[in-house]
This record gives sequence, structure tokens and C-alpha cells, in this order.
Amino acid sequence: MTGILQTKNVHLYYGKNEALHGFDLNFNENEITTLIGPSGCGKSTFLRCLNRMNDLRPNVTINGSFKFEGKDIYSPSIDLTELRKTIGMVFQQPNPFPFSVYDNVAYGLKLAGMKNKHKIDKIVEESLKEAAVWDEVKDSINKSALSFSGGQQQRICIARVLAVKPKIILMDEPTSALDPISSSKIEDTLVRLKKDFTIIMVTHNMQQASRISDKTAFLLNGDLIEYDSTQKMFVNPSNKKTSDYLNGEFG
Amino acid sequence: MNPKTTNKIAIGLIYTFVAIVVAILVSLIGYILVTGVPHISWHFLTSKSQSFLSGGGIRDQLFNSVYLLFLTLCLSFPIALGSGIYLAEYAPKNWITEVIRTTIEVLSSLPSVVVGLFCYLLFVVQMHIGFSILSGAIALTFFNLPLLTRNIENSLKSVSHLQREAGLSLGLSQWKTITGIILPAAVPGIITGIILSAGRVFGEAAALIYTAGQSAPIIDYTNWNVFSSSSFLNPMRPAETLAVHIWKVNSEGITPDANLVSSGSSAVLIILILLFNLLAHWIGNLLYKKMTSNF
Repeated sequence: MTGILQTKNVHLYYGKNEALHGFDLNFNENEITTLIGPSGCGKSTFLRCLNRMNDLRPNVTINGSFKFEGKDIYSPSIDLTELRKTIGMVFQQPNPFPFSVYDNVAYGLKLAGMKNKHKIDKIVEESLKEAAVWDEVKDSINKSALSFSGGQQQRICIARVLAVKPKIILMDEPTSALDPISSSKIEDTLVRLKKDFTIIMVTHNMQQASRISDKTAFLLNGDLIEYDSTQKMFVNPSNKKTSDYLNGEFG
Repeated sequence: MNPKTTNKIAIGLIYTFVAIVVAILVSLIGYILVTGVPHISWHFLTSKSQSFLSGGGIRDQLFNSVYLLFLTLCLSFPIALGSGIYLAEYAPKNWITEVIRTTIEVLSSLPSVVVGLFCYLLFVVQMHIGFSILSGAIALTFFNLPLLTRNIENSLKSVSHLQREAGLSLGLSQWKTITGIILPAAVPGIITGIILSAGRVFGEAAALIYTAGQSAPIIDYTNWNVFSSSSFLNPMRPAETLAVHIWKVNSEGITPDANLVSSGSSAVLIILILLFNLLAHWIGNLLYKKMTSNF
């Protein structure tokens, strides 16, 4: 099985400082892959390479091959806006726009040139349902998204990403700013979304990784230590460092 | 001395200083209002000024001030918006941007009389525009630009970086992210800045003496032809504003009631500027509430 997204020999430098030391990671379609590791190990940095969000930072050099469905993500001919629509992202802090719930979700569609109000309404509703927040917002869909709780905001942000129909959703610790109940709602949502989307998620929460992910990658100081099915990794890791980390001996 | 006493003394001193500031402000504004407000009447606001007789009003000066302000904003807002967006969103961190920022700082600290004389030589004399509302508006744009640019830059920068990332990660171009998300989120701050700078422009006199002129020729409020020299809308006519009128009445006024006219005009000017400030806070808060929640 060849993955939907393949990376090879990934090196990343902040100025002269090497943060990722060259590793390969392949991601399969319709799976949840989690990246785990102690703070500063490079997992968020790696995640941001996948939709080129690191382009925003000055002094970052990225080497290696990143292939999405066989196409080079870093090729000069790639349409960056198209790429970021196909590879969507959900951030650590819920960051809805200061607009109504409806406008938050419809915004990407409207800017993409969709004019059919009826169609937009339908996609907004579908996306909010898929993100499991529809029941909580449907009566106040014209209220500002900022007036909802953090967990609801994060699910609105997920709906916003779903609305533009990405193939891959990157998630950078999507539940770390939320309470346990909101977190578990989002986890349920992700498991349901798996059949239509490929999810790559950074998390600090081991239980979360073991509960919902199909594969887990363990990163340490810019190196990939182990990458395997989640079950194998949590029950019987092959590397001593992995088992030490999972047992809470460091990190 | 024990910490408690030190604390008491410090608080006492701080209150004293605050009291001094408040006292200065209250006595200044109070004096102007007490001497001026009794002279304000409907007649004073709606009749034209007199050169020799008493009983002159400030109708034309009031209109000129408002019109000049309007033209100034028309000139300065687009330029300030463009440069504000550039500085906040596009400008790389290097010496060229630093030079631009320093230039803006310097521009904002130029004495207004110097800017006035410069504009007089360049626009009024060299370019033959003459004493006119247009020359005045250009001169005022010189003051307004740095303030507005700074304000727009800061308003844009205060929008969270998360919003930018959210926009870009949705596949919006940088331009769409700025115009569609960052700018609307910054609108309350920008509006507040515009109104506050309007208050400053409204009270400016020195630069206008040499550019918009000190004469208030007879204008016809029913003539809507912008090109007619008697039209109230003609930007090429000389126009004395309220602030200039106060200066002129005090320095060379020969009407018997010059004192009263000056006090009345000052009170009107102060009241309007206070209103501008209140309006700025009010509209800013209102917009902010509107953008962030719909309760």
C-alpha cells in the first residue's frame, strides 16, 4: 500500500540549527496517524512542513522530498492555495474568525467563488454536522463564533476545514487547550471522520494517541525513533527509548 | 520607614500628580466653556462673520472646517491604509523598513507652522493652486498621514497571528487573508484612530493660515456646481476655518465684540473636539462588540 503522503530524508534548519535530522514517514489514506514525543522534538515543525506553513517563518530551510499523491509539495509550480485547501489544518488554540458561525464555515467557499446560496447552506450544515457541533450551534448560527466555548470553537474550526473538502487534515494538538469532555467529543469526531479523510495529528496525550490512532510515530530530538501501528507500539515497542518514553521515564 | 508608610506616601504622591493633571484640564476647559458658551446661540452658529460690525457669526468657518476635514480624510485615508497594510503585513525586517518608520516618526513631529510654510511655497505659490481648501487639505494630510498610518499599522498588528494562520491554512491568499479577515477584525481600532485624528485636524490653525487662507469670501449654499467660484463645494476657494478664525479675531479683529466672538468660537471648537473623542470611544466599542459577539 503506497501512502497518500510520502516524505523522504526530511531535514529542516532554523538558520544553521538543524531541527529535523533526516527521516522518512509515509501516511496511509483514511487512517489517523499521531506524532508523539517530548516538547521540542520537532513534531509540530514537521507537521507544518506538510502544508508549507513553515514558509511563513523567516530563516527556515527545508530539504528532502514531500510527495502528496505523487506530486512534489515543494515544487515551484505547485499552487500553494490549492495545496492548503487539500491539506487543511486545525491549530492548538481554537482560532475562529471574528464572524458568525455561518460565515466562519462559509468563508472558504465564498472566497473560492461559490455563489449558490442554497449549496453553501447545505455544505455549512453538513460540515457542522460532521464536526459534531451542529446541534449546539444550529439555533444561533448567526451569532459570533467567539461567543461559544473553547471546545465548540475548536469543532467550528474543524467544520471550517471540512467545508473546503480537504483530503488530509493536519492537527496540531487540537485538544490540548480543552477540557476532557470537549476533548472526548473531538476524539469521537475524528474517529468518524476517518472514513472520508486522512488525519495526521500531533498530540502530547498518550491515551489519546492509543485510543484513536492507527499508527504512531515517536520523534525525539529531531529523529524518528519508531514508527509502527499504534497497537504494536504501545504494547510491544521495539526501541528501548520508545518504551521509556511511553512509561513516563522522561519527556 | 516601614513598608506601610512608604506605600501610603507613594499613593498620596500619585494622587497629587493625577489631581494636578485633572485640575489643569478642568480649569482650562471650564474657563473656555464658561466664557464662551453664553455667547453660543442659533444666530451665532448660522450667520456669517462680520469684519467691522458686531453680531457676526461663524457659519462659514464652521462649514469650512468640516469640509476641509472631509477632504483631508479623503486624501489621507487611502494613502495611510495602503502604507499601514504594507508596514504591518508585507514589510520585511530590514533597514529600508526602518528608514520608512523613522521618516513617519519625523513627519509626525514636524512643527505645523513649518509644514504650513512649506506647503505655501510649493502648492500655493509654485504650483499656482492659490489659497484654497485643496492646499489646506494637502497640508493637513501631511500631519494626518503619520498618525493614521501608525494607527492602522498597530490596529492590524494587534489582530492575533492565529487569525492569519487560520486564513492561510484554509487556502486563502495573503491578500484575501488581509482584506477578508485581518482588516474587518481591525476596523474598530481604525475607526477610533480616524476620529481621533479628525479631532486634531479640526483644531489645527498654524498650517492653514498659509494654505487655506484667512478670508471667508461670500459663498452660496444653494450653488452645487463644484467649479463655480461661489459654490460652497468648490475646493479651489480660499476658506477660513474655525481655528484660524479664532486666531484672526484675536490678532487683528476690529469688531466691537471680537472678544465674545473669539470665546464663543473657542467653546464651539472645544465642544466639537470633545464630541469627536466621545464618538471615537463609542463607535470603537460598538463596532468591537458587534464584531466579537451578537448578543
